[in-house]
Amino acid sequence: MEITTVGLNYLNNGYGLKSWLLTKDHKRIAILYLLSITGFFFLGGFFALLIRLELLTPAADMVQPDTYNKLFTMHGIVMVFFFLIPSIPATLGNFLLPIMVGAKDLAFPRINLLSWYIYVLGGAFTVVAAATGGVDTGWTFYAPYSTSASNSHVITAGLGIFITGFSSILTGLNFIVTTHRMRAPGLTWFRLPLFVWSMYATSLIMILGTPVIAITVLLVAVERGLHLGIFDPALGGDPILFQHLFWFYSHPAVYIMILPAMGVISEIVQAFTRKNIFGYAFVAFSSLAIAIVGFLVWGHHLFVAGQSTYAGLIFSILSFFVAIPSAVKVFNWTATIYKGAVSWDSPMLYAFGFIGLFTIGGLTGLFLATMGLDIHVHDTYFIIAHFHYVMVGGAIMGYLGGLHYWWPKITGRMYPEGWAKFAALTVFIGFNLTFFPQFIVGYLGMPRRYAMYAPEFQVYNVLSTAGATVLGAGYVIPMIYFIWSLKNAPLAGNDPWGARGLEWEIPSPPPTENFVVSPIVTEGTHQYAPSREVGIGH
Amino acid sequence: MFTNFPFFPQQASEQAAQVDAVYFFLVAVSAFFAALIAIFLAVFAAKFHRTHHDQVGDAIHGSIALELLWTIIPLGITMIMFVWGAQLFFHLTRAPKGAMEIYVVGKQWMWKAQHMDGAREINELHVPVGRPVKLIMGSEDVIHSFFIPDFRVKADVIPGRYNTMWFTASKPGRYHIFCTQYCGTKHSAMIGWVTAMGAADYETWLGGGARTGTMADAGAQLFQSLTCNTCHLETGQGRGPVLKGAYGKPVELEGGGTVVMDDAYLRESILMPTAKVVRGFQPIMPPFQGLVTEEQLLQLIAYVKSLGAQGPTPPGQPATQTPAGQPSAPPATPTPKQPGSGN
Ligand code: HEC
Ligand SMILES: [Cu+2]
Ligand SMILES: [Cu+2]
Repeated sequence: MEITTVGLNYLNNGYGLKSWLLTKDHKRIAILYLLSITGFFFLGGFFALLIRLELLTPAADMVQPDTYNKLFTMHGIVMVFFFLIPSIPATLGNFLLPIMVGAKDLAFPRINLLSWYIYVLGGAFTVVAAATGGVDTGWTFYAPYSTSASNSHVITAGLGIFITGFSSILTGLNFIVTTHRMRAPGLTWFRLPLFVWSMYATSLIMILGTPVIAITVLLVAVERGLHLGIFDPALGGDPILFQHLFWFYSHPAVYIMILPAMGVISEIVQAFTRKNIFGYAFVAFSSLAIAIVGFLVWGHHLFVAGQSTYAGLIFSILSFFVAIPSAVKVFNWTATIYKGAVSWDSPMLYAFGFIGLFTIGGLTGLFLATMGLDIHVHDTYFIIAHFHYVMVGGAIMGYLGGLHYWWPKITGRMYPEGWAKFAALTVFIGFNLTFFPQFIVGYLGMPRRYAMYAPEFQVYNVLSTAGATVLGAGYVIPMIYFIWSLKNAPLAGNDPWGARGLEWEIPSPPPTENFVVSPIVTEGTHQYAPSREVGIGH
Repeated sequence: MFTNFPFFPQQASEQAAQVDAVYFFLVAVSAFFAALIAIFLAVFAAKFHRTHHDQVGDAIHGSIALELLWTIIPLGITMIMFVWGAQLFFHLTRAPKGAMEIYVVGKQWMWKAQHMDGAREINELHVPVGRPVKLIMGSEDVIHSFFIPDFRVKADVIPGRYNTMWFTASKPGRYHIFCTQYCGTKHSAMIGWVTAMGAADYETWLGGGARTGTMADAGAQLFQSLTCNTCHLETGQGRGPVLKGAYGKPVELEGGGTVVMDDAYLRESILMPTAKVVRGFQPIMPPFQGLVTEEQLLQLIAYVKSLGAQGPTPPGQPATQTPAGQPSAPPATPTPKQPGSGN
């Protein structure tokens, strides 16, 4: 285990720009992704900050409604397509998946690099769309507004999403092939780290779902550019068709965002309780169940759109079904902590935060699956609060937790744990202050996407804005100490956490080829206690 | 005491309490499970906090019994939510027979309402308390959504088709109307007020204001000016089918099949007559797509409906003053059942 050579690793193996831009090393590509998605994260966060500032008062006084509409649109597009979807898979997934399966790289290293260039190209379109005046359709691009009414840069932004989609598809393809073909000897499916299972399930959705959103935005562009009647009834099209196509991808897409975070949490919970997961098979298969059933629930976005009531019934019951595997995960994580050797280090704090917030996010999803209740809360701030609990309280908490957990592996350095704890707490408090009031104001009836709102909603909006400020600070602090740590923090060594897993057996940062000798795996993940005796006393 | 810190919207319709009941049930279930998880996490985190550096946890691999337990119990509870929510949905979306009908048209960025007796309003909607009101809604441009939080009702308003919603206001007062489907620049200004009034006040309100005749009257005028009457003769001798008495009855179609003449069918028949051709007739009717506005279309439909006098009695006072010699809508009562349209 103890590899003492401070020698060559993937970071010091070539310094020039070229050695980075033409790299085929999955770890370097992960870093490229890390830098670019961080850029988009702060861009999307900047839009969010402006939104929250505008909403301090009921009138549209800081920006014009048109500007406001562009702000929430750009916030949604950037955060969903350029941050959340690639976040964990393209960074932590890219870095860790090959190592976790005991491989030297992904199956197709060149395609991996290509995927990053595609992502950057798509991102460039989006930045151009934003810089030249923005888009005002909402990230949902509902027709016929997007095709016939809006006079903003719909096609440019749509192309950005279209292009970036291919980077998702390529990443998914790479992960699936790697998981099937490149596992180390002895690494059976049921010995795989749960993070790999979640990446696998995510990849399935990426491959099966992304082509549909690509086609959908393309059809929007076609109708907008060529006036072919597809969605606009004035041209003989069907606007509800757009909603079906859009949500056919975009509902599963929420699982692209949350499944990876669930995988991260499974890893953290095991490492920081020094205990193997409770109910491995249930946690693993729940990922697949979510990926599959998640494709069959999109119609819950159309309950008030006049979709057939009987179709609605099916979508409603399936939406309840898809909640069950998520609940199973939460229960299993909680049970894992029982009789663990629980550490309160910052990654574990994020895991606690994730479990709590995701639980609230999931439970409030039930409100929306309940058809009669969805009529009232649909398109109000209740929805906004619900999906931010899942996407921000869930996905981003998981991402940050994972980043802290594997930071020593990625950079070879620790980070200041005190600050990290403080930041985790700040994020948790800021998050709840921002989004909990939105459940209440949503049930009161405040619609989403409102630049101006009724005065009785103001109290809650002020709370939200205050919370967003705290939350913003919570995101900037890690940024600072992570950068600081690169030069100043103590060296991490192979396994600073006393965790188990192939990634912790190799040096930090790992050598370019990951493993000098191909590993042979003889047991499942995170086996800490020597035997499987169950303690009864204490 | 909570006037500045409200937690719930007012319950101003008969539906509101039913929706809130489901809401409270879900809040209770959620609070229970969230608290359960939080307590377990806190207790475990404290009780099993690592005490020395190389301590490890017990190797517990799982329990089928527990997995079943925490699969089946949540499943059972969610099925209660499903059934209750579905029942509520059926109730909230099926207007009772005899509900008073009001037509609503959404356009960027205003709500236009037309009452059967001809009264029109913009961004305002007057309704009587205690009487089911059904809104038949269409859009002139993009998708909007009509939402009255204090009534707990909402439905999208979609171009090219009619969506309906209904409610029974239970408390006089003024309540917000919000557009909840993003529709462009002034989406957040596409708002208005519902005024719920006692029956007597409502009658007074209906009586006041300038009227140019009922919606059906306006439709009758259009029926002439758009030359519909040159083909659709009441005698049955015209080139088009007789529309009198046809509403709400099945129509036999060319190429087999029947369709019941409802608002959606009327809309389609006027805008795109060739979509469904009546059996025994030539497809010679010109399409009126683009030639009539949404409001005119609604007036034509109201007119054809008034000819039919079948199904729900027209609402309010079917004011039957006949302006300037137009063929007025016959009072809604006993039109002798005729074999109806030609086929
Ligand atoms: C040139 C003659 C002509 C004119 C003008 C005309 N129609 Fe028609 N209409 C027809 C014919 C023929 C049919 C039956 C064939 C079909 O369904 O297309 C018909 C069918 C209909 C139907 C369906 C009737 C049923 O029994 O199912 C409706 C409703 C209707 N027309 C309304 C109108 C209205 C309203 C106008 C004026 C805006 C209008 N029509 C103008 C000829 C005409
Ligand atoms: Cu969904
Ligand atoms: Cu709107």
